[in-house]
Amino acid sequence: MTRTLMVALRTSIVLMVLCGLLYPLVVTGIAQAVMPGKANGSLIYNDKHEVIGSELIGQTFTGPNYFHGRVSSIDYNGASSGSPNYAPSNEAMIKRTADAVETWKKENPDVPVSGLPVDLITNSASGLDPDITPEAARAQISRISKATGLSTHQLEDLVHKHTKTRELGIFGEPVVNVLQLNLDLQKEAAGK
Amino acid sequence: MTAISLISIALTLLLAFLLARPAGLYIAYAFHNEGTRLDRWFGPLEKLIFSIGGIRRNNQNWKQYAASVVLSNTVMIILVYLILRFQGVLPLNPSGVASMEPTTAFHTAISFMTNTDQQHYSGEIGLSYFSQMIAIVFMMFTAPASLLAVAIAFIRGLAGKPLGNFFVDMIRGITRILLPVALVMAVIFIALGVPQTLEPTAVVNTLEGAKQEIARGPVGSFLSIKEFGNNGGGFFGMNSAHPFENPGGFSNFLQILLMLLLPAALPFTYGKMVGNKKQGRVLFVSMAMLLIVLLGISLASENAGNPAINALGIQHQQGSMEGKEVRFGAAQSSFYSVVTTATETGAVNTMHDSLTPIGGLVALGNMMLNTVFGGVGAGFINVLMYAMVAVFLSGLMVGRTPEFLGKKIEGKEMKLIAITLIISPLLVLVPTALALYTNADTISNPGFHGLTQVLYEYTSAAANNGSGFEGLGDATPFWNITTGIVMFLGRYFSVITMLAIAGSLAAKKPVPETSGTFRTDNVVFAGVFLVTVLIVGALTFFPAVALGPIAEHLTLKP
Repeated sequence: MTRTLMVALRTSIVLMVLCGLLYPLVVTGIAQAVMPGKANGSLIYNDKHEVIGSELIGQTFTGPNYFHGRVSSIDYNGASSGSPNYAPSNEAMIKRTADAVETWKKENPDVPVSGLPVDLITNSASGLDPDITPEAARAQISRISKATGLSTHQLEDLVHKHTKTRELGIFGEPVVNVLQLNLDLQKEAAGK
Repeated sequence: MTAISLISIALTLLLAFLLARPAGLYIAYAFHNEGTRLDRWFGPLEKLIFSIGGIRRNNQNWKQYAASVVLSNTVMIILVYLILRFQGVLPLNPSGVASMEPTTAFHTAISFMTNTDQQHYSGEIGLSYFSQMIAIVFMMFTAPASLLAVAIAFIRGLAGKPLGNFFVDMIRGITRILLPVALVMAVIFIALGVPQTLEPTAVVNTLEGAKQEIARGPVGSFLSIKEFGNNGGGFFGMNSAHPFENPGGFSNFLQILLMLLLPAALPFTYGKMVGNKKQGRVLFVSMAMLLIVLLGISLASENAGNPAINALGIQHQQGSMEGKEVRFGAAQSSFYSVVTTATETGAVNTMHDSLTPIGGLVALGNMMLNTVFGGVGAGFINVLMYAMVAVFLSGLMVGRTPEFLGKKIEGKEMKLIAITLIISPLLVLVPTALALYTNADTISNPGFHGLTQVLYEYTSAAANNGSGFEGLGDATPFWNITTGIVMFLGRYFSVITMLAIAGSLAAKKPVPETSGTFRTDNVVFAGVFLVTVLIVGALTFFPAVALGPIAEHLTLKP
């Protein structure tokens, strides 16, 4: 028994070093040497070389002149991640969703509720979802056109340009990255 | 849900099933105890580990094998517990994470050692980079390797061979199977956008002028072994729903493939090692059929969406989207939830608490059955246990002593199996009742769903799955201690009984096969096996399930 215990202890320490230190550090070395941009979190920089976000992490957008993303109970705080974990039968969730529909009506009087895609009024799983569906982007065009003065035609082109199809043609769903779309939108609105 | 979503799901399953046979044969070859060509590649590293570890490569009897499993895993639990308790003062802690509270550390150490990976902390704020690597990733290798070793020893016993040596088997599982695949897949995941850095949390100024913090870390090396070893614990709190832990459709496909690979391969390993490939195939096809039926139910339910939300008159063709990510949609979220519970991985790309009642029921049912492939090693041992029950029931019906692989299944084996079958509902239902009585205030969702939250937590712990209905306020000493004990018993009780059966069967003389022998490698047996799984596995839990997800489904109002 004591012999087995000693073997167990020594083997554990060897495997700790191999699997818990050498392996992740070797992978870190390869990643930092070959693809540092992705390895450090796909950060986006502006012209002044300041970090303004990550391609993969959503941000809060509330102004009428921006495309809005999904509901986030943690307000896109990327220091953690989270969702309210509402059950489908939870009245609080149904009330929150019904309120979101009312807000939508006020902010987007031109678009009927039947044109409001469900992803815009539901909380994402991570609270950091960077994407919305292309339909959800198009549904916001009329509001943004009024707020920015850009034509709906220009905005449609912009959404089309930022629509990513399924990966390799079949995996996942078509998406629009809200931060990248808004970055381009900001440029066009400024250069108008 | 479009046709393309369904095609991508079918394609993923097809690929996983095609890879299962070659992978299974490779596993059988990797654990061959007489010298093979693999020794030339892996021999030097393995010899080094054997000599530092002081491992004698002698054959062990079942008691020595079982003692080695339990002792070595307990040593690892103690080491990891200590690391977690002192992580605040240990190196590689750029974001200044504090040391872990005792009951959470107790729970976390057992959770990762038992391949459960239930988490009562959030990785971003609860663990230093040092702990994520040397405590968590370390266990993500040794936990699946331990149970893979037990499964191989069990199969050797059935084949009438010596059981082997636990330490040799565990190390070979790591050097020949887990580590090479994890290394390659980690690099691929990073190329798809998963971070791998020792830099601290990034601080950015957003487009609207707010300050945003973005947690990151060495995620790639964590992610590959998390999926391939059926571990499932997340680097980040929201697991594979976090964009850094699953950036897109293709990374999602790879994760599902990795989860399925080892569990689907083991029936073929078994067929090869016991010299009855047909039987391995019969078990594989039975499990694949169960998986596909359950997947169909979940997909239909998630695609239909939540009637209460649909009634608001919005555009709801996407299906249920609460607690889901747009890049996966309802289809890939449902698919992931079914595979992660079938393979007892426990990683999630959608919040299971927010699944439709029937989608949640499928996830729960997968864990209760624990035989729809099941986790690395443990799942397949369960499958063989049910196969023996099926043989026993058939034997009773025709009045013959039941045989399995030419060995008589007698009173001793059936007693061990019966006690193992009883322990699983006991580990789930008794603590559920206790928690409902004493800790109902930790439930976050009202009504029938609240019962499901509690039931799900203990089912996940007992089946060593690790996913959760995460609304539950489970970061308390009560939950840490009770689920910690359930996870430990859920894992090691059956390890000991199953190795005892293997030891007993290995010592028996084979009975010659006659025309009267009940065949265990044809369609009739597949049918008896499936019925046994459903009756024995599901019936015990039916009353609890009827009060939880089924009642919630029936009362959902449009």
